[in-house]
Amino acid sequence: MPNLKDLKTRIDSVKSTRKITKAMQMVAAAKLRRAQEAAEAGRPYADRMNAVMANLAGASASADNAPKLLAGSGDDQVHLLVVATSERGLCGGFNSSIAKLARARAKELIDAGKTVKIITVGKKGREQLKRDLSDKMINHVDLSEVKKLGYVHASDIATDIIARFNAEEFDVATIFYNKFESVMNQIPTKLQLIPAKFETEEGADVPLYEYEPSETEILADLLPRALSTQVFTALLENGASEQGARMSAMDNATRNAGDMIDKLTIVYNRSRQAAITNELIEIISGAEAL
Amino acid sequence: MATIQFDLVSPERKLASVEALEIQIPGADGDFTAMAEHAPMLTTLRPGLLSVTTNNNVTEYIVTGGFVEISGTNASVLAEQALPKAEVTREVIDNLIAVATAALENIPPEDVDAANKRLSDTRILLELI
Repeated sequence: MPNLKDLKTRIDSVKSTRKITKAMQMVAAAKLRRAQEAAEAGRPYADRMNAVMANLAGASASADNAPKLLAGSGDDQVHLLVVATSERGLCGGFNSSIAKLARARAKELIDAGKTVKIITVGKKGREQLKRDLSDKMINHVDLSEVKKLGYVHASDIATDIIARFNAEEFDVATIFYNKFESVMNQIPTKLQLIPAKFETEEGADVPLYEYEPSETEILADLLPRALSTQVFTALLENGASEQGARMSAMDNATRNAGDMIDKLTIVYNRSRQAAITNELIEIISGAEAL
Repeated sequence: MATIQFDLVSPERKLASVEALEIQIPGADGDFTAMAEHAPMLTTLRPGLLSVTTNNNVTEYIVTGGFVEISGTNASVLAEQALPKAEVTREVIDNLIAVATAALENIPPEDVDAANKRLSDTRILLELI
């Protein structure tokens, strides 16, 4: 029979765990709301940018003098994978799902005889990929000190990527992040950054613009900005996904702790009852013997 | 008087969405003013002062690079950074100048002119506040 005192300590410990997970869930819920607002606020800019770029890129992609960021380096031998994860753990499968997708892609590329380079954003993904891909890592972006993610952070990452591209360190760049679908559901996504791809909306009505300066100059000026915007959107989606994943993971943990407390309480009560019955039997049989 | 729908968005937030009479925009090739029925046009921004006139007042913003999309009824300014002029302090502009100066390093020779122009445009902002 389990010791009553031990059981009591265990119940207490699970209770305080439940308190912690409950608190974390509520914190994540509050942060999620903010992250979602930030993602909402960034959408008009990103959508607009995308529409204009799609329009401009469509016209000049086939031209001979198309910017390299758009046309690519003409090769696809060296691939750069930008893996964006979170700085903190305890968020369910959030980091593993990105790491898994990135690792699968890296393996696929290596098997095809390509060279893979990795830039990690966020500590958790770095830790997971370090085990087997540490020799491929060329840079790490630490955002753990960042309270509120801003466009500057994305723009720094994008500038670094572009500088490396101009130095011919790689041919193709892809970013991996979690797309926020709902609190329960985040989709690990990969998005090609270089050569830049912009999805055109079918049937979008495009007026005939007058360009000043010329189309090519505008395109060259906007491409780096568009890249920053894509990175920024990815990071914002990632931020919202992280909080969503943490919220549902902590909700599960709280529920599990509750179940465990119920089970332990039943065992505790049974043992207590058994002890009392035992004592009664002893008293009665003692009295009968007299 | 006819108005034009004006939107000013930065990557982080939407700063303004108003019916404007006219908007003065610091375009890459020079300032211009957009009013209702402006011909569709797409241009890039240089760092400068953007001023929006509505029925009852004039609002001014400091913007850095980005682009403007104008159709007959809409003018959307997508600025990389945009701040209402009242919020801009000397430090903000000093920071911008520092960033523009840093951008001059390690760039391919064909971009040097553009970076120099950006720096001088940013320096002029100091006189505006």
